[in-house]
Amino acid sequence: MTTEAKNNPPLGRVIVITSGKGGVGKTTSSAAISAGLAKKGFRTVVIDFDVGLRNLDMIMGCERRVVFDFINVIQGDAKLKQALIKDKRLDTLSILPTSQTRDKDALTKEGVEQILNELKTEFDYIICDSPAGIERGAQLAMYFADEAVVVTNPEVSSVRDSDRVLGLLGSQTKRAETDGAEPIKAQVLITRYDPSRVEIGEMMTVEDVLEILAVPLLGVIPESKAILRASNVGTPVVLDAPSAASEAYEDAVIRLTGTELEMRIVGERKPGLFQRLFGRTA
Amino acid sequence: MSLFDFIRKPRQPKSAQTAKDRLQILLAHERSREGSPEADYLPMLQADIVAAIRKYVAIGDKDVEVRMERGDQMSSLEINIELPKTPATKAG
Ligand SMILES: Nc1ncnc2c1ncn2[C@@H]1O[C@H](COP(=O)(O)OP(=O)(O)O)[C@@H](O)[C@H]1O
Ligand SMILES: [Mg+2]
Repeated sequence: MTTEAKNNPPLGRVIVITSGKGGVGKTTSSAAISAGLAKKGFRTVVIDFDVGLRNLDMIMGCERRVVFDFINVIQGDAKLKQALIKDKRLDTLSILPTSQTRDKDALTKEGVEQILNELKTEFDYIICDSPAGIERGAQLAMYFADEAVVVTNPEVSSVRDSDRVLGLLGSQTKRAETDGAEPIKAQVLITRYDPSRVEIGEMMTVEDVLEILAVPLLGVIPESKAILRASNVGTPVVLDAPSAASEAYEDAVIRLTGTELEMRIVGERKPGLFQRLFGRTA
Repeated sequence: MSLFDFIRKPRQPKSAQTAKDRLQILLAHERSREGSPEADYLPMLQADIVAAIRKYVAIGDKDVEVRMERGDQMSSLEINIELPKTPATKAG
């Protein structure tokens, strides 16, 4: 994408990153995908929908700069522009942090819709990091989505929950409820995939998961040490040193923007002597 | 970079240490706020500042920008207010 694209009208695509199950990599993926899109020049905002358990700010590395949050904007205590945190690494990236309030009812459908509509006038991609579960927060994160990325680990409970969430995407969302509207475009992102365990039959294969869920595949993110490192330092993995995980996320981002790209499973390279000598990690 | 750099163990701050440092700063702040009356004082502070300035100049709600940068020793609060060219019009 070229810089002149910034003068084009914003795409205003709302993409929810969801899963049902917790701890499968939604927040990690939201951070990586939004940074990946912004790196390509797309005006991108990532919203934390996990009310009460703010975490995206830490993964994005902007936790010290939170002033206002999503709920402050919904309740009229702050303007949206004031609550958006501009990323210091990419000028095309903004973060809307969630609130630490325990009052989950603070999130209203009208409030969410109003904020999304305002964001659509300025951003190409609006990435919604869903909380786990299928309660209010998760419902609202998916309700107004145009597309969904269903984050799934190759593991029985995660696949089952993903199936459940796919059902909700097809029934409990604005697109599902609107006559004649195109359904939400849902894709699976398989994360924490360990090729060595797949090889010895300890982990389901990509094909196994796809056969069960029957939705298109956005990408396969390998289990990678780079993820913990990136979260330690507050850098989305695609902005950190190149790794198997960052490459896999970059591929997924290319597919998300509608470009066809051959599927490959990026393996975690074992560091050779040269890499150990010069301190590059895989 | 020297060829022998890898022998000296802490070549650069280890990411685990960075994680711990970040958490300590953040949690010190969050714990002190939890349940205290000053929790979430920023929206009120902003409203007060806007009200004070409006006594003299007509500014809109969107003309105020509040930025925060928290540190372990001190935090900084930066408030930017955009003043209209002519202070004639009434605030929106
Ligand atoms: N590809 C991966 N390789 C290794 N660890 C991962 C990977 N993806 C996520 N994790 C780890 O899994 C945990 C849960 O991830 P997170 O993104 O917070 O999940 P969720 O938002 O779905 O609850 C975190 O500790 C994260 O570092
Ligand atoms: Mg999460």
